[in-house]
Amino acid sequence: MSVLDAGAALPRRRPDILPALTPLAVALVAAPFIGSPSTFVTLTAAGLAMGMMIFTMASGLTLVFGMMDVLNFGHGAFIALGAYAATLVLLPLASWSSADSLPLNLAAFVLAVVVAALVCGVFGWVFERLIVKPVYGQHLKQILATIGGSIIAEQLLYAVFGPAQIPLNVPKTFEGSFVIGQAAIEKYRLVATCVGLLVFAAEMLILNRTRIGLLIRAGVENREMVEALGYRVDRLFVAVFMAGSALAGLGGAMMALYRGQVHATIGGEFLVLCFIVIIIGGLGSVGGSFVASILVALIANYAGFLVPKLALVSNILAMVAVLLWRPRGLYPVSGR
Amino acid sequence: MSAALTLQGVHTHIGRYHILQGVDLDAPAGVTTMLLGRNGAGKTTTLRTIMGLWRASKGRIALGATPLESMAASDVARLGVGYAPETMAVFSDLTVKENLVLGARARPLDDARLAWILGFFPALKKFWLTRAGALSGGQKQMLSIARAIVEPRELLLIDEPTKGLSPAIVGSLIACLNEIKATGVTILMVEQNFRVAREVGDEVRVMDNGRVVHRGRMAELAADSGLQNRLLGLSLDSHQ
Repeated sequence: MSVLDAGAALPRRRPDILPALTPLAVALVAAPFIGSPSTFVTLTAAGLAMGMMIFTMASGLTLVFGMMDVLNFGHGAFIALGAYAATLVLLPLASWSSADSLPLNLAAFVLAVVVAALVCGVFGWVFERLIVKPVYGQHLKQILATIGGSIIAEQLLYAVFGPAQIPLNVPKTFEGSFVIGQAAIEKYRLVATCVGLLVFAAEMLILNRTRIGLLIRAGVENREMVEALGYRVDRLFVAVFMAGSALAGLGGAMMALYRGQVHATIGGEFLVLCFIVIIIGGLGSVGGSFVASILVALIANYAGFLVPKLALVSNILAMVAVLLWRPRGLYPVSGR
Repeated sequence: MSAALTLQGVHTHIGRYHILQGVDLDAPAGVTTMLLGRNGAGKTTTLRTIMGLWRASKGRIALGATPLESMAASDVARLGVGYAPETMAVFSDLTVKENLVLGARARPLDDARLAWILGFFPALKKFWLTRAGALSGGQKQMLSIARAIVEPRELLLIDEPTKGLSPAIVGSLIACLNEIKATGVTILMVEQNFRVAREVGDEVRVMDNGRVVHRGRMAELAADSGLQNRLLGLSLDSHQ
């Protein structure tokens, strides 16, 4: 029965851990220049929190680009929408947020971020059907259509909520800082870090342990073959787009709470950063985006402290350096 | 012999190129039909058009009585059409196991069928949890075929399974294809290697310039070097 035995030993594939170590390398290089250990800890904790929030926003974009080959410049609109959705939940629940009760604080927070994700998921479905679907496979039109869609969305947010910034407070439990030695670490930053890690763990679990995750990974690599195996890729696309939009909304809500205010321009501000992260990480790679988010956030924080003028361009410089080292990003996806 | 698959006057355009120019083709049920022809004759385009990966601009394609020409690839596959493309198209970032899990769309992997398939391809068992991207070309080809047959199929479309493989592996692959063929599945296979075509094929269709220019028994073509020269520009005798 056995007729084909081409089972020669394969070359052992070493796990590629070097890219994953880049944030650590950056921290080690920056530490002596920063000098004060407490400042270093504070900057690093802030960088990790910022990195996790950026990752939450960017991982949706990398999935949408990797799987659907769609350049979604409308992703920023979902970040802003998520921030406003969370605001709409938290403002009426101000008594829960400001109560001296951990359960009430947590309930308000969880409700706000879950609603933000759900609202953005639903609007993502509408956006995909109306704006993205007609321009599949046409990159130039995708750029124009999604930028147009994001401008409309931003103007709608202005029309509905007004041009003024809306103040937003984190629930009382998350206010203030933990002081470890002389280092102060904001509680909310720890919360943001935990949420980002949970999102990353959930994404990796879904991508690696479920059939839908297998399909997404396969679709990122070869969409056509997935279809030839009998799977309705268009439905998968919609699901991925909704998930990507929901993640943008979740990240937007987290970021708005971090900043303590909401404004329609929050989406545009972070969209560029999201693109930088997914390019550095490797298009379509969730793991790559995770490492790249931390890397970008740490570099921005350290540069902002050491050479403030450099902070503005630090992300671009990081991207150039990574692409010179690895032209397809830290963890490129096969077939892309 | 009833035809499992029929193409009538099929035209396919890719961009501004008119590749298939009225293909009339039938693949009888339960036998293996070889699709031969020079490079650029339109063989791969024919398979891709049947599969729904390229849309026929004109003509009819039917699997039994079911018209396929306006169906998406996923719907064609759901009718029981398996496809092993020329590029193999294994998912490099997925393991061998995960590739086969995705191949079994309608149901979980069937242990008995899996054992039957891994009997053909022991290398896949050996590298069960290895990333497909790390496999050799021959092993990827095995995986591509295994994925196409991991569920029972009505029709198998196989595009140049021996491309780039060493002669030793080609010999084994012929035996494997003959075992698959013995299950009674209808196979339409594009092949450039005449030895494989002769040993696996029952029927043959020859394409040239986007049309089928010859149909007959594979054995008859294999025995007629004059016909081979006329249709394909070379003789099977020179490919022993």
